Amino acid sequence: MAHQNHGSQMLTANRLRDGDVLYRKGDGWVLALADGDVFGDEAAAQAALAAAQGEAGRNEFVSPYLFEVRIVDGRIIPVKEREVIRAAGPTVRHDLGKQAGMVNV
Amino acid sequence: MSEIQPNMYRYDEFDARFVAERTAQFAGQVQRRLSGELTEDQFKPLRLMNGLYLQLHAYMLRVAVPYGTLSSRQMRMLAHIARKYDKGYGHFTTRQNIQYNWPRLVDVPDILRDLARVEMHAIQTSGNCIRNVTADHFAGASADEIEDPRPLAEIIRQWSSLHPEFVFLPRKFKIAVSGSPHDRAALAFHDMAIEIVKNAEGRTGYKVLVGGGMGRTPYIAQALGEFVEKQDILAFLESVLRVYNEQGRRDNIYKARIKILTNALGIEELKKLVAREFAEIKARGDLTVPREELDRITAYFAPPAFETLEDAMPFFDEKKGGDAAFNAWASQNIAKHRAPGYAIATISLKAVGAVPGDASAEQLDAIAGIMDRFSLGEVRVSHEQNLVLPHVRQRDLPAIFAALQAIDLATPNAGLITDIIACPGLDYCDLANARSIPIAQRIARKFADLDRQHDIGELKIKISGCINACGHHHAGHIGILGVDKKGVEFYQLQLGGSGAEDASIGEVMGPGFTEHEIAGAVERVVNAYLAARKPGERFLDAYRRIGMTPFKQAAYDMEAA
Repeated sequence: MAHQNHGSQMLTANRLRDGDVLYRKGDGWVLALADGDVFGDEAAAQAALAAAQGEAGRNEFVSPYLFEVRIVDGRIIPVKEREVIRAAGPTVRHDLGKQAGMVNV
Repeated sequence: MSEIQPNMYRYDEFDARFVAERTAQFAGQVQRRLSGELTEDQFKPLRLMNGLYLQLHAYMLRVAVPYGTLSSRQMRMLAHIARKYDKGYGHFTTRQNIQYNWPRLVDVPDILRDLARVEMHAIQTSGNCIRNVTADHFAGASADEIEDPRPLAEIIRQWSSLHPEFVFLPRKFKIAVSGSPHDRAALAFHDMAIEIVKNAEGRTGYKVLVGGGMGRTPYIAQALGEFVEKQDILAFLESVLRVYNEQGRRDNIYKARIKILTNALGIEELKKLVAREFAEIKARGDLTVPREELDRITAYFAPPAFETLEDAMPFFDEKKGGDAAFNAWASQNIAKHRAPGYAIATISLKAVGAVPGDASAEQLDAIAGIMDRFSLGEVRVSHEQNLVLPHVRQRDLPAIFAALQAIDLATPNAGLITDIIACPGLDYCDLANARSIPIAQRIARKFADLDRQHDIGELKIKISGCINACGHHHAGHIGILGVDKKGVEFYQLQLGGSGAEDASIGEVMGPGFTEHEIAGAVERVVNAYLAARKPGERFLDAYRRIGMTPFKQAAYDMEAA
């Protein structure tokens, strides 16, 4: 997914076997936004995306893409509401999703 | 209470084998995807053909409920799936289906096997094919019906299931059917719709509409065939699909629906093209519906053996007193049945503050029990995201109300301002730009007072979280469309839409409102209606009489209450 911005970004995908939301960390993936890598420049973000796309044959995740974040008081906050909700769970069901400690395993 | 098998279609050997084979085929495809034999690009169209999407948080499985009819046995299975494989609930959709929001890919083959055990599946609930056929949710029960539309819906289901010519259409294709002059199935907003009508000689046949739709470019369907003979309906439908398949655009997803083709060609030119195909198919003679086959299918939907009863609705005379909560429910959620002494009861899935269309596994199980005890084992899913008990004895209504109260599903708001349609929106949907559900909840809380709701009367609010319009906002008396403006949710108001027999597309009011402003704007619009209405005039009627201006002035008057 092409991005025009040059701010901080993260790399996300969904786990193949259960659809759970993943965030890139190093060469692997983590389940919590707060634990993921933040790429401060476009080159690093694109390199991470290219690496992930090259791992598609591992059949562990699908649909990797970059999204914008900002750091507020040391916390990672997605710029778009979509990614805020994706990182937490439905705003209308706080008992579901990552906000409830729920993992689809 | 034992499980009751209602009068509805039962799989024959062919149906059972077809679903079993398809379930096994998809299980194999899942396995090949997990092992890496299939890439995601190869697998995605296969999973979509089986109703499996990848949404914001997880996969989503959309299960077909053909023409919205469910038996108690099927309802119990839906509860079982919610409990065993999902997060304890399901979501009824505006196409009379049910969606599960959290299934794991590895479990989907088991889910489909369980569904097949009760004659259900998820085939053709996605993709560019003829989708699950929808119908009037009062079919076979309503007092105003000419004929039960479900036999026709079932014939269309069988004709369209894996029809080799129509598996890869330019875009999805939605068909609705109704047998009543009162349109409860939003016929005019479908790619194709069939209304059962009587001609001058008193014979029943089919009026066929084409080219309706919502989405980015909403259109009201136009009459393509005023009276199609019953035995010719499949030949006629095939003619329309053939023209669409050949001439529908495939270069632009936003211009690929038949509504675009219909309006590009003009209805008269489309009639000519369809007539040419129709003549060819008729001459071949192999798509005539045999009388005995129509009778065979119709027999599955034979009216139940209703008891001989008299109308004795205690709540008709409110002066007699009785339980006020029951009276409120009965006066709002009960519709007139075709058989004396019976009634149609709507189970509202719109409790104030609840998620429209959601039901827990426990509620689904309890509803199955109510179906067996009071409604001949049957329930309907409405496109308004409610459930309907189609055949209940009037004398049982107090007991039904009590049973529904026990599971928090006795909200007396069918057709009122808090009976809001809302798509899953950005809380779940990968395509959404804004949330829908919290807006519905806020508006419902604002109008929670039942006396106020009754004072307002019929007012249909419909909310979509993106231009795809799954929440039918174009057809709302008040429609709300969520949009994304630089990462922030905004909500546009539309007024004057209708999905009923007086179908119309809502008019956009102007600039959008923030998530914190929109419920207040709706309230000001409603207050403007209350100030301007004439006696007996619905919101929609008042809007059609006085136009947008007074409502627009009120909506943007942020200083008002």
